[in-house]
Amino acid sequence: MKLPIYMDNHATTPVDPRVFEAMRPYFTEVFGNSASRNHSFGWQAEDAVEKSRKQIAALIGANSKEIVFTSGATESNNLAIKGVFDMYAEKGNHIITAATEHKATLDTCKHLEKMGARVTYLAVQQNGLIDLDQLRNAITDKTILVTIMYANNEIGVLQPVAEIGKIAKERGVLFHSDATQAVGKVPVNVISDNIDILSISAHKMYGPKGVGALYVRRRNPRVQLTAQIDGGGHERGMRSGTLNVTGIVGLGAACAIAQAEMPEESKRLSYLRDKLKDRLLAALDEVYINGTQEHRLPNNLNISFAYVEGESLLMGINDIAVSSGSACTSATLEPSYVLKALGAGDDLAHSSIRFGLGRFNTEEEVDYVAAKVIDVVRKLRELSPLYEMHKEGIDLSKVVWAAH
Amino acid sequence: MYSDKVLDHYNHPRNVGSFDKSDPTVGTGMVGAPECGDVMKLQVKVNPETGVIEDARFKTFGCGSAIASSSLATEWLRGRTVDEALEIKNTDIVNELSLPPVKIHCSVLAEDAIKAAISDYKKKAGSAQPAPAAAQA
Repeated sequence: MKLPIYMDNHATTPVDPRVFEAMRPYFTEVFGNSASRNHSFGWQAEDAVEKSRKQIAALIGANSKEIVFTSGATESNNLAIKGVFDMYAEKGNHIITAATEHKATLDTCKHLEKMGARVTYLAVQQNGLIDLDQLRNAITDKTILVTIMYANNEIGVLQPVAEIGKIAKERGVLFHSDATQAVGKVPVNVISDNIDILSISAHKMYGPKGVGALYVRRRNPRVQLTAQIDGGGHERGMRSGTLNVTGIVGLGAACAIAQAEMPEESKRLSYLRDKLKDRLLAALDEVYINGTQEHRLPNNLNISFAYVEGESLLMGINDIAVSSGSACTSATLEPSYVLKALGAGDDLAHSSIRFGLGRFNTEEEVDYVAAKVIDVVRKLRELSPLYEMHKEGIDLSKVVWAAH
Repeated sequence: MYSDKVLDHYNHPRNVGSFDKSDPTVGTGMVGAPECGDVMKLQVKVNPETGVIEDARFKTFGCGSAIASSSLATEWLRGRTVDEALEIKNTDIVNELSLPPVKIHCSVLAEDAIKAAISDYKKKAGSAQPAPAAAQA
């Protein structure tokens, strides 16, 4: 076993060596511009791009003509939300999203609010899922878009996208889903999930960074987006710019591998995740799992170790790469807004750790991580005045703290 | 990211533990709040005859820098009189531990914990004894 152990696969994943091999010729040998129409260099590049389009479409139940390449899911979300807002301005200006969305969605919505959009930020329930009745009630005749992520990047919960899509369809509203964390991990099908627009990123599924895609439905309904990047009219005019052929080949290869291996891989990862969870829960008291366990990515475990501060825990497990929702680990010095939205209290957000298992994690690594985390949590609880008070039977929620 | 001194205090925290809060020679300071991500409990055990802090203990919920700041504080408190203890400034802790700007609040919290512990001791000493022993010069 090699240290450090990487268990932060929601942040990014390594490129699968098979993906890398597929990409390799496209750096130096097949380097053409896929928009070059009159020589074989261009044709070869275009063939590679079209093959990738088919591989992506096959994974999500789409037609290859419905795939638009982008630089990643942040751009995809921007194009989807801003593109709908601009294109459907005559129909309305209301967008519905959720409080636990990725910043690429929330900040895009905030930007549009300055441009005259009205945005509803749905609260989530304690399990991390939106309430479908709240969604129904939020839709007005001015609503043009519902944008709700497929799987959350922090707590891994899977929103009821098929039902959300059905509600949107019944009300004639477009449905965009940021499926960055879901595609390649769980079955995603734009037909049965009633999705009109879907964001995809390569580097969360063992592809390269800097490339992503946007699925844009062509019929029932035909979705139109106003381009946000103008230029040569690539990608059916929706996204100009010379295609990142090498990256696109990588994204396609990553999709093909994910499609072939998903059933086995998700079984293996949920086994490892559950083993990690069970070990931690068996050895430690006052441990809380954030978000529903029932509707969840197979590789996600987001867990709060009460009375232990997240950054100090990360410091103790410095040979394991994971993330924390603690304020001290964020640039803004604010604890995770996703965990806060669950209503569990800021103290549990400060104590949270996100484990993101991946294709290359082994059972030996999981055993090591579990033992190390248990050891460090115990050590830090010996240091923790809060754990001491808890053990003395003091209800911490009733204590008046001298805030600073 | 962390200075060697912070890492040393984190890995080998000094004077971890608790004294009996009801002991009249013990001063307890508890500062911070769980929602803010740090809580420090600092305790001093004072010789009532001399006013010298003979022992100190801490427990801290917080980041590595918060743990190191309070661990360092207990080291510095031992052997000082209660009045000398109040001379410890957060900037001394910042300098000693080479804390970066985002961690200065950890040192402020440690200074607050010292003040709170000393003030708790003085309050108890004042109410327990008619004439509190003056600190010797």
